[in-house]
Amino acid sequence: MSLSLATPQPAEETAQPGETSPESSLPVKVQIKNVGFRYGKFEALKGISLPLRDRRVTAFIGPSGCGKSTLLRILNRIYELYPNQTASGEVLVDGVNILSPGHDLNLVRSKIGMVFQKPTPFPMSIHDNIAFGIKLYERLPKSELDDRVESALRRAALWDEVKDKLRQSGLGLSGGQQQRLCIARAIAVEPEILLLDEPASALDPISTQRIEELIAELKSDYCIAIVTHNMQQAARSSDYTAFMYLGELIEFDVTERIFTAPRVKRTEDYITGRFG
Amino acid sequence: MMQLYTRRRVTNYLVVALSLGATAFGLLFLFFVLGTLLANGIGALGPTLFTQATPPPGSTGGLINAICGSLAMTFIATIVGTPTGILAGTFLAEYAHGKRLGEFVRFVNDILLSAPSIIIGLFVYAILVVPMGHFSAWAGSAALAIIMIPVIVRTTEDMLNLVPNTLREAAAALGAPKWKIIVLVTYRSAVQGMLTGVLLAIARISGETAPLLFTALNNQFWSTDLNAPMANLPVVIFQFAMSPYADWQALAWAGALLITVTILVLNIGARILGSWSGLAK
Repeated sequence: MSLSLATPQPAEETAQPGETSPESSLPVKVQIKNVGFRYGKFEALKGISLPLRDRRVTAFIGPSGCGKSTLLRILNRIYELYPNQTASGEVLVDGVNILSPGHDLNLVRSKIGMVFQKPTPFPMSIHDNIAFGIKLYERLPKSELDDRVESALRRAALWDEVKDKLRQSGLGLSGGQQQRLCIARAIAVEPEILLLDEPASALDPISTQRIEELIAELKSDYCIAIVTHNMQQAARSSDYTAFMYLGELIEFDVTERIFTAPRVKRTEDYITGRFG
Repeated sequence: MMQLYTRRRVTNYLVVALSLGATAFGLLFLFFVLGTLLANGIGALGPTLFTQATPPPGSTGGLINAICGSLAMTFIATIVGTPTGILAGTFLAEYAHGKRLGEFVRFVNDILLSAPSIIIGLFVYAILVVPMGHFSAWAGSAALAIIMIPVIVRTTEDMLNLVPNTLREAAAALGAPKWKIIVLVTYRSAVQGMLTGVLLAIARISGETAPLLFTALNNQFWSTDLNAPMANLPVVIFQFAMSPYADWQALAWAGALLITVTILVLNIGARILGSWSGLAK
C-alpha cells in the first residue's frame, strides 16, 4: 500500500488521510459526519467525522471508554433500544442519512449486520439461528432457505463442522464456533455493511485466527468496521485505522501509516504501549 | 497469630452449628406436619375417594365432587391468569423500563402479591357474588385468578430480566421488530423459568381456602354447573375437619393429603423445569 505524503495538519484537529492518497479513490460506503453521542448527560462522543470505504476493513482502536463501541452502535442505531441515549450528526449510507427519524429502523438494521463481543446464539437450532434473520424479510421455499443457510455457514467457514448437526441447539457449539455462527447469521441476511464489536476478544487464539481469516475473506464483499482492543489484530486485518480517545477521533489513516508513522503524538504513545 | 486463628475456627464451628440447628428446627416441623398427614391420611385413602361424592354424616362417601371442583376452578383460573400474568410481566420487563407507569404497575402488583387471600375472597364476594345473588364456581375461579396473576407477573418479569440484553441486541441488529424479538428470542430463552412460575402459581392457588369460602362456597353434590356453588377440596377439608363426625374427619385428612401431594408434585415439576433452564444457559 503506497501512500504519498499527506499535507501536514494541526494536531488539534483530527488527522485525516491526505486527499492525494490513491486509496481515497475507493467508493465511500458510509460517511460519518460530525457525530456526537450522549448517555443521558454524559457526552460520550464529540464531532466524529470519517469515511468507511466499501470493500475495506476499518478498525477502531483506543483505550477502554474512548467511545469506539459507542460509535459502532450508532451505525445501526442499536443504541435506540435504550432510553436516554441520543446521537447527533449524520451517518450517510450511500448518501442517505440513516439517523434521520423518518428512516425505518428495522430496514436500516437489515442492511447493516452486527456481531458482538460475546457470542449470542439464539436458543434454537443451528439452522434456525441462520434462518431467523432470513425469514424476517423473505419468504422462501424450504429448499431455497436451506441453500441460503448452507451458503451462509460456508462463508463463515463453519459448514464442515456443523453440517451433520444443523438441528441441534446453537448453544452446544464452542465459543469460537458460536461466534462464527453469529457471523454466518449476520451475513445470511445479505447486508452491505458488517459491524464487528470486538468479535474475537472472548475467544482463544486459534478461534481468533479463524475469525481474522474470515474477515479477510469477507472484505471482498462488504464494508467492514471492527472495534478491537488488540492492536496486532487491527494491524493485521484492517486497511484503515481510526484511533479514538475520550470520545474524540484523534487520528484516522491507512492502517500501515497509523502503525508506522502516526502523525499525532498520542496515537504513537498508544500504539507503542506508553498509555492506555 | 495462632490464637487469632483458633478463635476464628471456633467462631466458624459455632456459626455452622447454629445454622444447622436452625435448619433442623424448621425441618422438624415440616416433617412433623407431613408425618401426621401421612399417618392419618393414608388410612382414609381408598377407591371410593375418587368415585363417590361427599357423604352426609354417618354414611360412606368420597371426595370426587370436591376433587373435580378444585380441578375445574384451578383450570379456569389458570387459563385466565396465565396469559394475563405473562402479558403484564412482559410489559414490565420489555416495555416499561424507566417509565413511571411501569414503576406504578410493579408497585401495585407487589401489593397484590402480598394481599391476604381472604381480602381477595371478600372483594370477589362483593363484586360478583352479591350482584349475582348466589355463590358460584365462576366467582371461585375469579378469586383464584386474582391470586394467581401477581405471582405470574412477578416470575415472568424476573425471568425475562435474566435474559441477557446482548441477545435482544443481536436479534434487533438483524432487523427484527420488537414483538418478534420478544416472541421468538426472549420468550424462548425464558420459557422454562416462566413455566416454573406458572406451576408455582398453580401450587399456590390449589391450597387456597379463604377466597373460595366467600365465592364458590361448597356443594355436597356432584355438580358441573359453573353458575352454581361448587365443591372444592380446601373448603371441604375446612368443613369436615371442624365437624364432630369421625368419617368426615377421615375424609378431611385424605383431602389434605391429596392437596399436599399435588403441591409437592407441582413443586418438584417446577424444580425439574428450573434445572433444565439452568442447563440451557
